[in-house]
Amino acid sequence: MLIENLLLLFLIVCAVLVSVTKRLLRAVIIFMAYSIVMSVIWIFLESPDLAITEAAVGTGITSILFFLTLKKVHQIKGTHDE
Amino acid sequence: MNKKSKWRYFMDWVNGEEVIETPKKVTWKKIDFEKWKTIFQKYLWNDRKKSIFYLIMCVFVSVVFISILLQTVNTLPYFGGSNNPASNEVVQRYIESGVEETGATNIVAGMILDYRAFDTFGESNVLFLAVICVVMLLKKDKYNTTEAEEREQKEDDMFEKQDANIILKRIANLLIPLLFLFGIYVVLNGHISPGGGFSGGAIIGAGLVLYASVNGQQKIQKFFTYKIFVRINVGCLLTYCVLKGYSFFTGANHLPNIIPKGVPGALLSGGLILPLNICVGMIVACTIYGFYALFTKGEI
Repeated sequence: MLIENLLLLFLIVCAVLVSVTKRLLRAVIIFMAYSIVMSVIWIFLESPDLAITEAAVGTGITSILFFLTLKKVHQIKGTHDE
Repeated sequence: MNKKSKWRYFMDWVNGEEVIETPKKVTWKKIDFEKWKTIFQKYLWNDRKKSIFYLIMCVFVSVVFISILLQTVNTLPYFGGSNNPASNEVVQRYIESGVEETGATNIVAGMILDYRAFDTFGESNVLFLAVICVVMLLKKDKYNTTEAEEREQKEDDMFEKQDANIILKRIANLLIPLLFLFGIYVVLNGHISPGGGFSGGAIIGAGLVLYASVNGQQKIQKFFTYKIFVRINVGCLLTYCVLKGYSFFTGANHLPNIIPKGVPGALLSGGLILPLNICVGMIVACTIYGFYALFTKGEI
């Protein structure tokens, strides 16, 4: 299927970009995109349970925790911490 | 006098005399380690060579790992093939008689909360342990905070009140009830439709996080304090343990008719799966909100 292959290609591009980007905030946002695409792929693989969990945990919770950690170590620009 | 034989020493020692030791002579010259170190760092291990070495090692390790993983993927069986080791009689049993035995139309829920409930109990315990570790490390109390930090915290709270973003607040407050509703729906329908305790709990937890980040943590503390957090977590875990413990102790032979299975597909069906789903969902929601609260403020 064309769509599945495109999504898988997007996954690989995301995975490479996460490790290449210099700025941590961008890396987290790319990681969010990765999780969203991954949840779509779970639906294609006929496991909607995992899709819901991936969308909630991978996109929401993990990135929030990453953002909070970045804020703690003063890596987000524009907050009054820096 | 200086040169005493060993025998003489021994004699003296036996007679109880004070043994006068000859001063030890240092025969070897002291090696100048510092000098060697500087020479080593200057010619063999300077910054340029260090960075080149690390770069080469990075590439080497990555290439080795990539080749190992690709080799593994290459030898994996074809996805969804009928001759795979995964498609054996266990899968057949689950698919054919799962609905009948567990009463859940969602076979996954039937599997993880009935056949494999012990594994799910372990997962809940892992979550509980993780949140306990975070509480131990990050929770602020009178022992690990100074007065200056408390003052800073109060100033931050003042800032937060000034930063009120009306559009964000309105939209989030519209969204939050829907999130809670959807989360509760997913938890309660875990045995009928896709979803279950973990996903529903994660959605409820995300709603709590959104509420706390928009309206401030003081507002959420009105109905969700540390005491309630601990009580929900421990209570749900204990409930799970008690509800499912009987089947562990009877060798996974379920005692019949504790809770009737009901009609498959109805909301009140599936025996113990519904209460177990609720327990897992509450644990997950509390854990996720606990992570958020402890990471931001250090208190729940």
